[in-house]
Formats: sequence, structure tokens, C-alpha cells
Amino acid sequence: MNALYSMLMEQGALPPCRCTVSFVSMIRLTKINKSYRIGQHALHVLRDVDLHIKAGEMVSIMGSSGSGKSTLLNILGILDQYDSGDYYLDETPIRALSERKAAMYRNRFIGFVFQSFNLLPFKNALENVAVPLYYQGVSRRKRNRIATSYLDRVGLADWAEHLPSEMSGGQKQRVAIARALVARPRVILADEPTGALDSETSYQIMQILEEVNQSGITVVVVTHEHDIAERTHRIIRLHDGRVQTGDPVPVRQ
Amino acid sequence: MFNLDRWLEIFDTLLRHKLRTALTALSVAWGILMLVILLGAGTGLQKRVEYNFRDDAVNSIWMSPGRTSKPFEGHAIGRDIRFTNEDYDYIKNHIDGVEYITGRYNLWNNLVVTYGTKKSSFDVRSSHPDHKYLENTIMLRGRFLNDLDLEERRKVAAIGLPVAKFLFGDEEPMGKWIHINGIAYQVVGMFEDSGGEGEMRKIYVPIATAQMAYGAGERIHQLMFTVGNASVDESKRIENEVRDLLAKRHHFSPDDKRALRLRNNVENFREVSTIFDGIRLFVWIVGFMTIVAGIVGVSNIMLIAVKERTREIGIRKAMGATPGEIVGQIVQEAVFITAVAGYMGLLAGVVLLELVSRYVPENDFIRDPQVDMRVAVSATVLLVLAGALAGFFPAWRAARVDPVVALRDE
Repeated sequence: MNALYSMLMEQGALPPCRCTVSFVSMIRLTKINKSYRIGQHALHVLRDVDLHIKAGEMVSIMGSSGSGKSTLLNILGILDQYDSGDYYLDETPIRALSERKAAMYRNRFIGFVFQSFNLLPFKNALENVAVPLYYQGVSRRKRNRIATSYLDRVGLADWAEHLPSEMSGGQKQRVAIARALVARPRVILADEPTGALDSETSYQIMQILEEVNQSGITVVVVTHEHDIAERTHRIIRLHDGRVQTGDPVPVRQ
Repeated sequence: MFNLDRWLEIFDTLLRHKLRTALTALSVAWGILMLVILLGAGTGLQKRVEYNFRDDAVNSIWMSPGRTSKPFEGHAIGRDIRFTNEDYDYIKNHIDGVEYITGRYNLWNNLVVTYGTKKSSFDVRSSHPDHKYLENTIMLRGRFLNDLDLEERRKVAAIGLPVAKFLFGDEEPMGKWIHINGIAYQVVGMFEDSGGEGEMRKIYVPIATAQMAYGAGERIHQLMFTVGNASVDESKRIENEVRDLLAKRHHFSPDDKRALRLRNNVENFREVSTIFDGIRLFVWIVGFMTIVAGIVGVSNIMLIAVKERTREIGIRKAMGATPGEIVGQIVQEAVFITAVAGYMGLLAGVVLLELVSRYVPENDFIRDPQVDMRVAVSATVLLVLAGALAGFFPAWRAARVDPVVALRDE
């Protein structure tokens, strides 16, 4: 399957995806450092990370476990603080934000897709998709209308009333993607989005993420699966908290 | 502050977590219910004992003469002591602190009383006018006995309500003449007595009249008086003075408990009051503990609930919820559920007490149990506040936790 896909891609049978990439910077990290204190020791997770992702790009971050890729994603997602360096998201400095402001930026800029879906188990698909809109103060009726259209976009309009427990992993991840998109974010951050899925479902999910990217949204995927990473424009490899230099071979050129 | 969307979200969350909601509600409702029952039982117990004292003035001292049991001034033991009108006058005029005083000369029990064709037997007591203060007699019609009745040895009578009902039915009793063992008395008053039916099936006549009519001379069976609002020590002082006075007049030893039987209600009431202060304190302590147990229970459940929701909180944060919104929602949930459950417990307790006081027959333990609403409501408010605090701290901490940690895949 993987090989077939690569072959098709090399032959140019699949549409090129760089059409929406501009030269406007969406994510810009300079010399980001992050360490955790564990007992008396400091664990230096990210060391002088420089990263530049342009608006409309679709990139993947790869690295073995412990390479700091999850930490990097959390910093990108304003879920975690960094110790030193600079982070600009859509030309907005992300530095020492109040919880309130961080919440606002998360809501406006970023859509999250997680490995374990992280849907609220007691809410049905439609309600789950509508959660970010709730925190934007959108009225219930309008919320449901928008959420329905996004569920429709991921092909789950008929599943609106179902609870996550009644859905397959792929369906849950599609609900999660709809939820990530509903607030019209500039960036989708996907943390091992296919980690809990079989390969066929994984490709479906990647297909959706590619479509999302084609609509102009920057997509960052953290993964350890090569075939997944290879479907993005660019792979950023992390090793021991450093971005590996000299390597970033553009995959799709 | 009212946010319909927030409320819908809260109802939704509560309904989707029925067990958690039910447990929290139960521990709150149960705590309040227990408290209400406890406080109600305390009041019921107290009322029952106060009811025992309802008959006689609680500030009264009662005396009846007995038989000497100690030799004194050359007199042998076994001598009967008898009160006379002179004793009454002496106590009235020589003892400080005596408020109302009356003697009592008992006629034979169950004298035949007739009016027209109606005939029955009732207790007839003869007394001084102050008697009404000793027995808590409440005049419904006319008057009780007065000084002139005694002075002129009038043949007048004050009759209890059941007596009037039996003899007169719907007829007006005032001014009518009734016969007590053949002697005619004019009815001058009708009374009821907080002491109950037994104390009302009585007829009072002037003691002077009775002494004359039944050949008692100066004799008095019983003497009793009130001491105003004297303290227990003060009442003991009066009691001793009266005892000394009577001992001197009748030549018996003041230590001879059998020669003069004396009951000091001031002292008795104080003793019972002390017991009740103890019971009240006990009820308060247990009640307080119950509330504390309730608070601990609610806090516990809130703590677990918030812990259980760490992931949910992480998700909500990632979706753009501010810590304020998260804490606000959890606290609002906690307040809502504790308030509703507390109210239910309060309601259940009050209804239960109402049922008990209505359907449980009169008994020696409890009477008309009620709860002080202010206390019960304060307790409920306290529990609600506790629930809010118990929700607030873990929620605050959970909202501070980085979503990363909350969302970490196990």
C-alpha cells in the first residue's frame, strides 16, 4: 500500500499540494530551549531549536521517543511554556502569555488532533465538534449549525447523535479533525494522529488532513511513522532535542 | 451572571454523570436530613420535659406536714404535724421573698356535685385567692376566688371547663347555684388549666368557707407559695427560713425531713434545665459533627470528581477554555447540586418531623419535635459553601495543570 502510494506520488498522479504555500511565516521558532526538572536533575528536552514553517505548509516532525517532539508540539500549541528563545505564531509573539490570553490564542489560531482523539466521552459527535465554539461564545443554535457542516465535511453527518464510544477509531479521529477545524484555525497540530489507527484508516485520515491543508490551513503532524511523514511537504527530524541539520530533504520535490 | 448556555452545559454534565451526581446529592441531603432530625428530636425531648412542668409554677415551693421522725425538745417521735391558718399568716407576713401564697384544704375526693338533674362527682379543693398563680389557672369567664370571699366566707365556686360542660351544657353557668354534697355554691368563674384535663375537672371554693362548712376549724392541708424570679440560692434561703419558722412553731427539728415534706420547684427546674443544657450541647456537637462529616463527604466526592475530570479539563483547555471558565463551571455545578440536595434533605427532614408530631401518639419521650428553621437553613448554606470550596480548590489546581499533563496518553 505504502509503496503503491509512493509510486503514484512520484509519477505525479496525485495532485501537487504546494499550491497554497506562501512565503508568509506561520510558525517561527528561534533558539527555543526547554528543560524539565526531575528531582534534582534538569532534563534538557529542547536545545536551541530553530523552526520555520510557512503559511499553508504541511510538515511532519519526526523523532524517536524522548527526542522532544511532543514537547515541541506542546510549545507550538501554547499548551506548554518554553524557557528561552522566541516563538512567533502568525507574526504574533507567543511569550509569557496569561492563561486567559493563551486560551484565546489556542481557540483562534490552533486546532488540535490527538493520538487518543480526546473527545469528551459524555458528549455526542456534534456536541464534541461544537466545544471550541462554546468557548468562543457562539450561540447554541449557530454552534450546532456550524458543527453540523464540519461533521458533514469529514463525512460523518449521519453520526451526529452518536457518542464516541459508539464509533470506530477512524470515525473518532474524523470527529476530532472536525472539532479542530470548527473554530477556523490557522494551524492544525496533529500529535500522532494515526498512532491508534490501522494503516488503511491512517491513510483516510491523512487524506482528510491533506484536504485541510489544501484549503489553506497550515498542518503540522508529529509522527514516528515514515509513510505518514512522507506524505507531508517536509520532514523535520528531532534528535536529542535538536533539529537535525543538513537533512531536511523535501519529500515531494 | 445568568448564562443559559452555562446552565445547559451544567445540567448536561450532571445528567451524563448520574452516579457521581447522585452520590454527591445523597451525602449532602443525608447530612442535612440527619441534622434536622437531630435538632428536631432535641427540641421534642426538651418540650416533653417542659410539658411535665407545665402544671405548676416553676418558681413555687410546696409543703405538706408529715409525722415527726426525730425527737425534739422532749417530744417523742411519731407526732403528726398540722398546718393552720396561723402558719399561712406567719409565712405571708414574716418571710421575705414570698410572692403569692395559698393554703389548700382538700375536701373529700369525688364529692357529689349536682345542678338541676345533672349529677356527678368532682374533686373539690378549697384555697386562698393566690392559688391561681400556683397552678397556672387561666380564667375563661368570671373570676377566681378573692379576699372578700374568704372574709365573708361566701359560698362561691370557680369551676373547671369540663365541670361546666357537664353540669351546664350550653347553659350559662355564671351566677348559677350548684350543690356540693348538699351545700349550695354560686358559680363565679370558669377556668382552664395548662395542666390538662385532670387539673380542670376541679372545683375551687374559698378555704375559709370550706373550713367552716366542713368543720375543719383552722386546719390547712398544704401550703405553697411562689418566690418571684428568685435564684436557686435565693429560693433555698426562703425554703430554709420557712422550714425554721414552721419547725419553731410546731416544735420539730428543722432537720426532720419527715415532719415537713417540702418540694422546691425552682431547684428541680434548675436541675432539669441543666440536664437540658447538656442535651442541647450534645445535640449541637453531634449536629456539628454531622455537618463536618457532610462537608468531608462532599469534598471527597468533589475531589474525586475533579480528578476524574482532569482529562476533560485538559481537552476543554486545549479547545480554548480559560481557567476561569473551567473553575466557574465546576464550582457552579457543585453549588447547584449541593443547594438542591440540601434543600431536599431539609424538606424531607421537616416533613418527617411534621409526620412524627402529627401521628406519633403522646408519649413520655418526645413532644412536638420541631427544628429551628434558621439553624437548618444556615446548615444548608454552610454545606453549599463547603461544596463550593470543595469544588473550587481541586478545580483551580486542575485548571492550572498544563493540558499536556492532563492529556498525556496513559
